[in-house]
Formats: sequence, C-alpha cells, structure tokens
Amino acid sequence: MTILLFGVTKDIIGSSTLSMPSSSEFGSKRSKTVKELKEYLGKMYPELKKLSSLAVAVNNSYANDDTIIDNFDEIALIPPVSGG
Amino acid sequence: MQMDFNRYQRQTVLRDFGPKAQQKLKDASILVVGAGGLGIPALLYLNAMGVGTIGIVEQDIIEITNLQRQVLYTEEDLGRPKIEVVLERLKLQNSSTNFKRFDTFIAQHNALEIISEFDVVIDGSDNFPTRYLINDACLILKKPFVSGAIQGFEGQLSVFNYQGGPTYRCLFPNMPKQEEIPNCNDNGVLGIIPGIIGNLQALEAVKAITGIGEVLSGKLLLFNGLHQYYQTINFSLQPKNAAIKKLLRSYGAEVCEIHHNISIEEFEKKLKGQEHIQIIDVRTTEEFENFSLPQVKGLNIPLNELKGRIDELDSQRPIYLLCQSGKRSDMAVRMLQELNPELELYNIVGGVDGFHAFHN
Repeated sequence: MTILLFGVTKDIIGSSTLSMPSSSEFGSKRSKTVKELKEYLGKMYPELKKLSSLAVAVNNSYANDDTIIDNFDEIALIPPVSGG
Repeated sequence: MQMDFNRYQRQTVLRDFGPKAQQKLKDASILVVGAGGLGIPALLYLNAMGVGTIGIVEQDIIEITNLQRQVLYTEEDLGRPKIEVVLERLKLQNSSTNFKRFDTFIAQHNALEIISEFDVVIDGSDNFPTRYLINDACLILKKPFVSGAIQGFEGQLSVFNYQGGPTYRCLFPNMPKQEEIPNCNDNGVLGIIPGIIGNLQALEAVKAITGIGEVLSGKLLLFNGLHQYYQTINFSLQPKNAAIKKLLRSYGAEVCEIHHNISIEEFEKKLKGQEHIQIIDVRTTEEFENFSLPQVKGLNIPLNELKGRIDELDSQRPIYLLCQSGKRSDMAVRMLQELNPELELYNIVGGVDGFHAFHN
C-alpha cells in the first residue's frame, strides 16, 4: 500500500510517500478501514492526530472513515493549506 | 460603452469561445478576495480578458517579503496600501473595467454584503478563518467560489458550491487551529507556486462564467511543483454542509484583524505625540539584541514567554506589539486578548521590516 503525503503531513512523516508493506502492519483484521489506518498512523506519528481536518483519498476519491482499503489501493493524506 | 471586440479578437476567434462568451465575461462580476500571491495573477488575467466588473477586497500594506511572489508590486510601492497600487495598475491595463474597491478585510460583519454584489468569488486569502467565512457566505448567497491555496511547493484548487456542487467543508469539515498548519509566513512558499494556482483560479472563473469546458467542481486538484505532479481527487456533496443558513458568530481571528492593526505610518505619528509608549517586542532575545531600531526599542518578551510574563505588561496603557514582520506580534495580540480581554492591544503591521521599508 502506498500513501502519498501532502502539505504538513509530509513534514510530519518526513517524506513524500509512505509504503505500508503488508496488511498485518496495522491490525489483525483482513479488511481495514480508513479509520483504522488513521488510528495506526496516529500512533506512529502523533502529530497527525492534532489535525482537525485531514482528508483521505483512496484511489483518487475522497474516503470516509468506514471506506474499506486493501493493499493495492493508493492512499493520499490531504490536509488543507491556507497560503495565498 | 461599446465593447471593443477587436481587443479580444484572439479569444473571440476561438470557435468554442466566440463573441458570445466574450459578452458573458463583459456582463459578469467577479470578486477577488486578497490581492496577494494568488489574487494578483487572477486579477491581471481576468482584467486583461475583459471581465466587466471586478471587485477587490484588500487592506494590507506592501512589504518587502511580498515581492518574491506578488509580482505586480515594485520596490517603489513598499509601504503603500495594496488596494491603491493594484487598482492603479489594473486601470492602466484595461480602462473599460468597472472596479469595486473594498479597502477592508472581509469579515463576518461585511462578507454577505460584499459578496452579494458579485456572480463569482475568487478566494485568494491567506488564512483559514477567511476561507471558512467565504465558504459559508457563498453558500448562504448561492454563489460559486474558486478556491486556491498554496504552501511550500504545493497548491490546491477547486470550485466550490458550483451549481449546488460540493463545498469546502465537504473536503475539510473543521477549521484548523492557527498553530496546526503552517502558513506562508512561517513555512514559506516558492514564489512561482501562487502564480500557477492563481492563474488556474482565473481560468476556472472564466469557465464558470462562460460555460465553456468543464468546471473543476467536485474535484480537488493537487499540484506539486517539485515533481510537476497534478492529481485530482473526486469528492461529493455532504448535504449537511449545503444547509448553512447563517454565518457563525465568530470565525476566530477576524476581530483582531479589524480592530487591532496599526500601520507603521500611524504608529510613527503616535510615537511623535507621546513620550512613553508601551512597546512589547516579541522576537527572540537574539533578534532583539541584533536587529532593533533605537526609536522603537521596547521591552523584549519573546512570544513563547509571553504567557508567563503577562504581569510585566502595564494593563492600564495601550500595548503595541512588535516583531520582525508583524506575524508573531499578530499571534501575540490574539493570545493576550484571550488571556485578558480588557487589554488595549495593537499589532504593528509590517514589524521591524516595515520600519526599514518605510524609511528607505
């Protein structure tokens, strides 16, 4: 699973992509949700939990907390940016 | 006035644009919020292409740190109000445009009134409170708005509330707190990035008005300049976000922006009038010792110590907050106001950089 990082998530995690090798990485259940991914990433990178709004896209579509993801999906973490 | 079609011949000759779309531009009114990095390219092209009525909301002063991306302003303009300079140049560029000048910050008390005069809004603001305010006001007034935002080497673009389409809150439901996401002042932006995103905003506004092509509605464009990477994310309307009927009582920061700013020019007048003005310099001790101006040397309390040293302030007198560029002093005003709403606080806009610019 590849996670593309945008904005401040890139600074928090320290690179522009994050590879998640296998499904066992963040829990034992076979099917995982966006919510579980967020919780897992939040444990690894506590700064992520401070973001009030963090959009998650799965295969280029906005995903809700209960969207199911699998190992072949492309995930993007998109925080809002405010600069003008 | 009869429109000079010859002037726009290079676009009216296009089969998919033609005189019909040109007339729609002429009849249209567009509001640009912020004449900064995003607003300037959008304004230049909309004005060049023949948009009939253009409104501009802006109350900032031109600072040296603006010049790297706000390409309309020159070194000679430093210290002048952006709204004045931008209008001067745009009038020279296209004398038939009807300009509406809003020498103010858009805020809860004026947003509905200002936006109601226009067909489309371009959000080129530089802070979240304004972005959420524009979203909510446009929903109430049923106006589409073209949102662009930048940070570092990246940009985001989408057209919200277009023909009942998704809104800003459908992507980002909750407004981030100020300290959560870095802004351009703290984190920087490569000068050309707002040029790219601001131009794309103008293009989306032209499409929304004329009906040509496909408007970027329900899609968020993510742009990364370092990798020349463009990606669109699809998203849909969350009905609860469309149901906004009135503005929030507060969008956070706006009160300070309206009431608590003082320009270098006004502050200099105050300095001449009184002997003992309370200036609190919230820069680091190192900055304070190395880069201070004798005429505005205040008490140094670095921003991160301010909370604990609030007793050192004389609450009976006005307090003028100073830093290098006006950003940290603005944060200091907000922080102090929250700690003690009775304090009379002023942010010296432009900070020490502003004094240098003003005197050179």
